[in-house]
Amino acid sequence: MSAHHAIDLATGTVRELNAALHALSPDTNQTLWRVSNPRGLHAIAAGVDAPVTIEIDGPVGYYCGGMNKHASIVVNGNAGVGLAQNIMSGFVHVKGDASQSAGATGCGGMIVIDGNASARCGISMKGVDIVVKGSVGHMSAFMGQAGSLVVLGDAGEALGDSLYEAKLFVRGSVASLGADCIEKEMRDEHRALLAAKLEAAGLTGAVDIGEFRRYGSARTLYHFHVDNVSSY
Amino acid sequence: MCGIVGLFIKDPRLEPELGALLSTMLGVMCDRGPDSAGFAIYGEGKPGSVKLTLRGPAGTDFVSLAAGLGLPVAARDTHAVLTVPAGRETAVRASLAASAPEIAVVGAGERMEIYKEVGLPTDVSKRFGLERMGGTHAIGHTRMATESAVTTDGAHPFSTGADQCLVHNGSLSNHRGLRRRLEREGLSFATDNDSEVAAAYLTSRMRTGDTLGQALEHSLSDLDGFYTFVVGTESGFGVLRDPIACKPAVMAETESYVAFGSEYRALADLPGIASARVWEPEPAKVYFGNRLQ
Repeated sequence: MSAHHAIDLATGTVRELNAALHALSPDTNQTLWRVSNPRGLHAIAAGVDAPVTIEIDGPVGYYCGGMNKHASIVVNGNAGVGLAQNIMSGFVHVKGDASQSAGATGCGGMIVIDGNASARCGISMKGVDIVVKGSVGHMSAFMGQAGSLVVLGDAGEALGDSLYEAKLFVRGSVASLGADCIEKEMRDEHRALLAAKLEAAGLTGAVDIGEFRRYGSARTLYHFHVDNVSSY
Repeated sequence: MCGIVGLFIKDPRLEPELGALLSTMLGVMCDRGPDSAGFAIYGEGKPGSVKLTLRGPAGTDFVSLAAGLGLPVAARDTHAVLTVPAGRETAVRASLAASAPEIAVVGAGERMEIYKEVGLPTDVSKRFGLERMGGTHAIGHTRMATESAVTTDGAHPFSTGADQCLVHNGSLSNHRGLRRRLEREGLSFATDNDSEVAAAYLTSRMRTGDTLGQALEHSLSDLDGFYTFVVGTESGFGVLRDPIACKPAVMAETESYVAFGSEYRALADLPGIASARVWEPEPAKVYFGNRLQ
């Protein structure tokens, strides 16, 4: 049987919570954890490496779900800076807004943000898939290397600046594109990829894929070329 | 790193609790700025009178000092608030400068009082009895010094004019050049602090006719570096983040108050926060007056 663990951060500490989560083995039967009174505290459920579900009832501070592997983390509130930073795998779902640098350097897994994400969402992403139902702030997907960023709302200034091979899809407006980021043709393979990401985020049928535009790297900056020296 | 907090009370029933609420917010921000702290609080004011917040060395006898001037005073630790008829402000300042040069005037205005000291923010709040102060609004700062020495002069808020002050989280890169320019205009500085330069910059802009909102707009092009500013005024507070939004900021609003914090943690103990509208102020946008909504 699966045990349900309730942790109250009004009485316990984040350190105790994380130590308990870090001690879980891959075949643990303690698969459901409920965290109450997070009160914007930092590093809640960071570094988890077990296939468990962690439900956090309220707003979290910095680095929630950082380095996550295998776990599903749900935040019933807003998230602070560096949500799921360097996520490796698993699923992180924020039901409110996320602050800056959500999913920074993420290598795998999926992040779904129901509200808006502010600046630098997906900065230096390396394989994570990020779906933002609202809008993203400036410099999102900066130096994005792999993975995808799907934005149902608008994107701020300098989207995809110095982009490598991360794939960007935006349904609304883009304030401006960053250096070496261009709009690209949306072909069937890209529609299929976008459909798969939306399905994984539980959004099949919720939005029309035809409304999205695709952005990617022009690939003129990331191989050194002396003609581009002023842009580096 | 530094911490900033601000609280504007909309429901007058909450006004007596302003100091207690701000003190809790400042306490949470101790780990963003453990070396000094300060706050500006807007309480009762008497039309036609100016409150001068004085700071003196430990042990300063403010009561005798005020008695000598024939003025009422409320002393709190190293600070004291002298209530001066508006017509006598210049004369009282001159008299203080001549007879008690060790006393600094750290703030002036009909309602604003400024308190700041070196030490852990919770201790600083206690020394001045912040928990027992009431008012309509207040802003506070916890400092982790980066650009200049840990001194009381280097603590925030910095006064920018009557009933106006500034707190800053960040660091400015062009403050040396700007300081030289402002010194040529006749402004003087008490510290090597970059935030004091930002305060003087706003003062200078307003002297040449800018409103505070316009001065903040101009700072977007004239100040280079990282900043989240919160500016206290007689009627509320304004917020500005630099265009890159390096330094964090969260705001919350309920029917009872508008609150600002460097992090959500600082707001977590406010009444009704669970149902508050919480948002992150956008970069390079002045939130001020009716735009605070």
